[in-house]
Amino acid sequence: MSNRIANRFAKCTEEGRPALVTFVTAGDPDLETSQKIIDGLVDAGADVIELGMPFSDPMADGPAIQAAGQRALGAGQDMHKTLGMVKAFRKHDAETPIVLMGYYNPIYIYGVDKFLDDAVAAGVDGLIVVDLPAEEDSELCVPAIAKGINFIRLTTPTTDDKRLAKVLKNTSGFVYYVSMTGITGAALTNRRKVGDAVKRIKSHTDLPVAVGFGIKTADDAAAIGRDADGVVVGTALVRAIETSLEGGKASAYTVAAVHGLVRDLAEGVADARR
Amino acid sequence: MNQANSLRTGPDETGHFGLYGGRFVAETLMPLILDLEAAYNAARHDPAYRAELTSLNTHYTGRPSPLYFAERLTERFGGAKIYFKREELNHTGSHKINNCLGQILLARRMGKTRIIAETGAGQHGVATATVCARFGLPCVVYMGATDVERQAPNVFRMKLLGAEVVPVTAGAGTLKDAMNEALRDWVTNVADTYYLIGTAAGPHPYPAMVRDFQSIIGTELREQFMEAEGRLPDAIVACVGGGSNAIGIFHPFLDDREVAIYGAEAGGYGLDVEDGHCASMSGGRPGVLHGNRTYLLQNADGQILEGHSISAGLDYPGVGPEHSFLKDTGRVTYVPITDNEALEAFQLCTKLEGIIPALESAHGLAQVMKLAPTMEKNQTIVLSLSGRGDKDVNTVAKHLGVTL
Repeated sequence: MSNRIANRFAKCTEEGRPALVTFVTAGDPDLETSQKIIDGLVDAGADVIELGMPFSDPMADGPAIQAAGQRALGAGQDMHKTLGMVKAFRKHDAETPIVLMGYYNPIYIYGVDKFLDDAVAAGVDGLIVVDLPAEEDSELCVPAIAKGINFIRLTTPTTDDKRLAKVLKNTSGFVYYVSMTGITGAALTNRRKVGDAVKRIKSHTDLPVAVGFGIKTADDAAAIGRDADGVVVGTALVRAIETSLEGGKASAYTVAAVHGLVRDLAEGVADARR
Repeated sequence: MNQANSLRTGPDETGHFGLYGGRFVAETLMPLILDLEAAYNAARHDPAYRAELTSLNTHYTGRPSPLYFAERLTERFGGAKIYFKREELNHTGSHKINNCLGQILLARRMGKTRIIAETGAGQHGVATATVCARFGLPCVVYMGATDVERQAPNVFRMKLLGAEVVPVTAGAGTLKDAMNEALRDWVTNVADTYYLIGTAAGPHPYPAMVRDFQSIIGTELREQFMEAEGRLPDAIVACVGGGSNAIGIFHPFLDDREVAIYGAEAGGYGLDVEDGHCASMSGGRPGVLHGNRTYLLQNADGQILEGHSISAGLDYPGVGPEHSFLKDTGRVTYVPITDNEALEAFQLCTKLEGIIPALESAHGLAQVMKLAPTMEKNQTIVLSLSGRGDKDVNTVAKHLGVTL
């Protein structure tokens, strides 16, 4: 099993802070710009990189990430290019975990075995596949673990204690707690409730628990990061890309806009437990 | 027919019809569909629930729907005797009400207070808005912006019935996009909302549940046809988008191997036109979308295509999982029917029988028109006339170059 995820969370814990997990969609707004974005994320303060595999029908995503996927697909992104981005990243960074996130169909069509082999070869550490609940573990989760790739599961406010055991059974790497019922990009509603939920999950597992959905600013990251082992920021970064575009294309500010926001968020994360 | 060889036993307990079906949903929705499955299993064995549904089917919908001998079409083609199972005479004008009544009673049993639905042609949206009006529940219908435009009369009907119609501009603004948006609503409003899916697709238990509600079509047909002809029909034909009217009329006959069964898919501009049709089984391959594995129109990267059909109700790049299973087993023959073939059938039926069929049903009729002349005069063929075509007159006029 890839150890980069465990090592990175352990390092952050040692530093007395939560991990900053950043999400961008692979190929948004184009392959070259997207590669520059992920190549500079760690210097800007990201601890874990989530790379979205664009899909035509992202049922759990809000308008910002939907649009990011459309930009990427429109620019010609596909699964081969997404795996190529990971491979290129690995040439200069052997330590930072990369988690691919998306929906099952593009993986299914690529071929599960071939996808897992190519993902291992590229240096992928984990997978988050939104539309594969525990009930469908035999599709990808079990084969992924067998090949040494972590399968990170989403838990949500609708996952009760009884179900949590089933959900956690084949989860590895970390647990991704979705802070609300809803789609990506919605507003964070109740921070205390999120903290309680994280404690509840931690009573069932030794894995780190990262929280995502609704975290947009350094203050959000600091507040959520008091209880969580990691904070995930996606929509805010994708919006930073979107607002930097000129005529729908990358501008001179696109890469800097993302990295600037990541720097702010990293400060929030550093302050979380001070 | 012994149970082991039956095609009518699916799905298995994990919601699979062979390779197809399943529960490919986000974790947030998983507890909800498990609850739904438990509630449906309890309801369908509850005599009170069944009695209420039967009573509504009779007095509200007007069931049983008639079996009609289409004498002039039969004469015209000079082959098999053509019958229509007249679902278009149901309240709201299509078979969709059969499913909506079953599900709204279930939603009430589950204590849900808000109903959401997706719609393509608007037939399911109208049926959902109707049952919501009848039971006093708020209703939100997601409808692709393209469909809102081409099915304007149905949009107004839904609004009159008190539903909120939300136009969806994502993608090509058709049924697929409406379904995505309905799922986003459901994942956000988990506590009070019931998602009333209109076709025999989606995560388990929807494909089986919708089929069960629609099987009343085939069950009635069996009895009516025995009375009319003293035997079973030689062939049954239905149009297939998601495939709810089709599975409803097919299912009771699946183990009667002497009955040939045909599903008419939307061939659009023709299967050779890239992204120019919605024949997911004739021109697609298995993939995972909207909670189930099934035949899908998609590119080499697994991105779902928008597809095209003149008929908004068939304009969907997937199909219910049980149809995918029946295609692979060879029990049902699925064939593409082009826009033009459907338009011809639409006009012929109107002129010869005085029945304006929905453009969806006209796809089935076009297949009947191909089959009937190849069959003997003493043979019989039944079309599921799933909906009436009043809603389509604007679309048809446009295609015939007529300005209304």
